[in-house]
Amino acid sequence: MPYVVTDHCTGCRYTECVTVCPVECFHIDDDMTYIDPDNCIDCGGCVPACPVGAIQPSYLLSPDQQKWIEINRRRSAETPVVTMRLTPLAGADERKRALGL
Amino acid sequence: MTTVPRYHVAIVGAGPSGFYAAEALLRSDKNIAVDLFERLPVPYGLVRFGVAPDHAKLKQVTAVFERIAQMPGFRFVGGVEIGVDIGIDDLRRSYHAVILATGAALGREMGLTGENLPGTHQASDFVGWYNGHPDYRDLTFDFGGERAVVIGHGNVALDVARILVKTPDELRHTDIAGHALEALAESRIREVHLVGRGGPDGTRFSAKELQEFGTLGNCDPGVEMGDLAIDPFVPPQGVDPERKIAIGLLDAFSRRAWEKSRRCLFRFHLAPVGFEGHERVNRAVFRWSAQGEGLEQDVGIDTNLVFLSVGRRSAPVADVPYDAGRGVHANAGGRIGVEGEEVPGLYVCGWSKRGPQGTIGTNRACALDTVEKLLADLGSLPSPPSTAADSVVSSIWQRQGLRLDFEAWRAIDLAEVARGRVLGKPREKFVSVEAMIAAAKGKDIAC
Ligand SMILES: Cc1cc2nc3c(=O)[nH]c(=O)nc-3n(C[C@H](O)[C@H](O)[C@H](O)COP(=O)(O)OP(=O)(O)OC[C@H]3O[C@@H](n4cnc5c(N)ncnc54)[C@H](O)[C@@H]3O)c2cc1C
Ligand code: SF4
Ligand code: SF4
Repeated sequence: MPYVVTDHCTGCRYTECVTVCPVECFHIDDDMTYIDPDNCIDCGGCVPACPVGAIQPSYLLSPDQQKWIEINRRRSAETPVVTMRLTPLAGADERKRALGL
Repeated sequence: MTTVPRYHVAIVGAGPSGFYAAEALLRSDKNIAVDLFERLPVPYGLVRFGVAPDHAKLKQVTAVFERIAQMPGFRFVGGVEIGVDIGIDDLRRSYHAVILATGAALGREMGLTGENLPGTHQASDFVGWYNGHPDYRDLTFDFGGERAVVIGHGNVALDVARILVKTPDELRHTDIAGHALEALAESRIREVHLVGRGGPDGTRFSAKELQEFGTLGNCDPGVEMGDLAIDPFVPPQGVDPERKIAIGLLDAFSRRAWEKSRRCLFRFHLAPVGFEGHERVNRAVFRWSAQGEGLEQDVGIDTNLVFLSVGRRSAPVADVPYDAGRGVHANAGGRIGVEGEEVPGLYVCGWSKRGPQGTIGTNRACALDTVEKLLADLGSLPSPPSTAADSVVSSIWQRQGLRLDFEAWRAIDLAEVARGRVLGKPREKFVSVEAMIAAAKGKDIAC
């Protein structure tokens, strides 16, 4: 039952999630972060850390969001680990407002 | 080529925050050596002695700590209690800086009448006992009654309740201490009341931990509806998603029938008043108040086993300023002391800095923050003689007659895993310091 990053993260990259992950299992590309399901220990610590509610345990995903399980697995294998907080992408605050957060 | 370290930092306490602080120091661009001191011969703090035995996946975080222990410049010095075996000022004289990461080992008392009656326990004692902590292994708990009461609505209370209602078969293949498995197998408890002051929207349960109660083999979760006003499960406006899920789970529990042989009953709006009994506790008394209606009433729950899970505090360390109100080493954002009067070169991180809150990874952000401050100060701190740190460590090893270092821990670890294998457990812990040392010696590490 790993945790997964969903499309709310796209275009944001606050990376608050990364600072509280005990096992450094977040990966990143130009758009968003991904959780490596084989390393995630299901601690749930990143969920409240994310300001836009992008992270969910896989068992709570709605049917149309199930695809993110596979996307996280595939993209985390293809992208580098991120261990420290980055500066948010330009437009991140607009995105947060657009999500009503 | 290895260069001689310019800076020596001592960290006190080998729990998550101690390891994350070590990592941050060793990853910095400064040339730093780290000695991590730990009271016990075994590392990992509450990951070993707090996190519940049936949460095996979480314990995989120790793989990260093992990697940190491999970093050049890292040394684990087990079996030394700072403030007892070595004074904090002696340590400060020998290192550029010292970071306390001593956790929050003590339960918080509530100051209620009868709180010390036999049968009333701190949750932290029970947790230490079932996890095989040497300080708690000789405690005894009476599981002969049918009802236990757990006071507090946080995740530790859920751990305590879950261990009480799980069957021996659900626990047998975890790393629970052998003595606990044996005692719990004889338990006659059928009902555990999880009691809190607030309503369903006021708990600190995480959704994931609560969800587990719906999946137990021999226990149904329930809610005492008599405690609640009408529509108790409507989430308040603006509540965070996690809380919303938790409220929804409690709602579902409230509609479940009691069919299995055990039950875990969530109780609300009950503030503890005291405990009654002669030789031992036989009743816990609470004051129930209806929200906003001015109604109040005393409610008694007959029980001879009570666990208080209302918080923890750090054990003070001799000669380190203590903040009794917050139950942590007095600090201003990680520097020990009060703002403007910090003790130079003395820092704190983890639960002994911010109190018992957050998940394991919260300690990583917390340790990074403390290390940032230390690094900013480092240039202005007085330098001890360059061999002082080595002298401290070698005198400890001489006194111990062996090195309780990370190699020694590895020997203990291997022996525990081997003992566990024959029982179908991930490990069978050694529950006394003597047994840990004997296992360490098995690998011929005598000086
Ligand atoms: C019952 C329980 C269940 C938990 N479950 C979870 C969970 O499911 N998920 C989760 O994310 N988190 C959980 N936690 C929280 C997690 O364990 C803590 O966040 C974390 O362990 C705190 O780390 P720390 O390093 O500050 O303290 P600790 O882990 O307490 O480490 C402190 C270390 O310092 C040592 N020490 C103390 N004083 C001295 C001294 N004077 N000299 C030398 N050494 C000393 C101690 O022996 C100990 O090893 C749980 C905690 C508890 C109590
Ligand atoms: S905090 Fe949330 S939005 Fe930001 S990078 Fe992490 S998952 Fe994405
Ligand atoms: S659940 Fe825990 S381990 Fe998994 S990604 Fe989130 S913080 Fe990391």
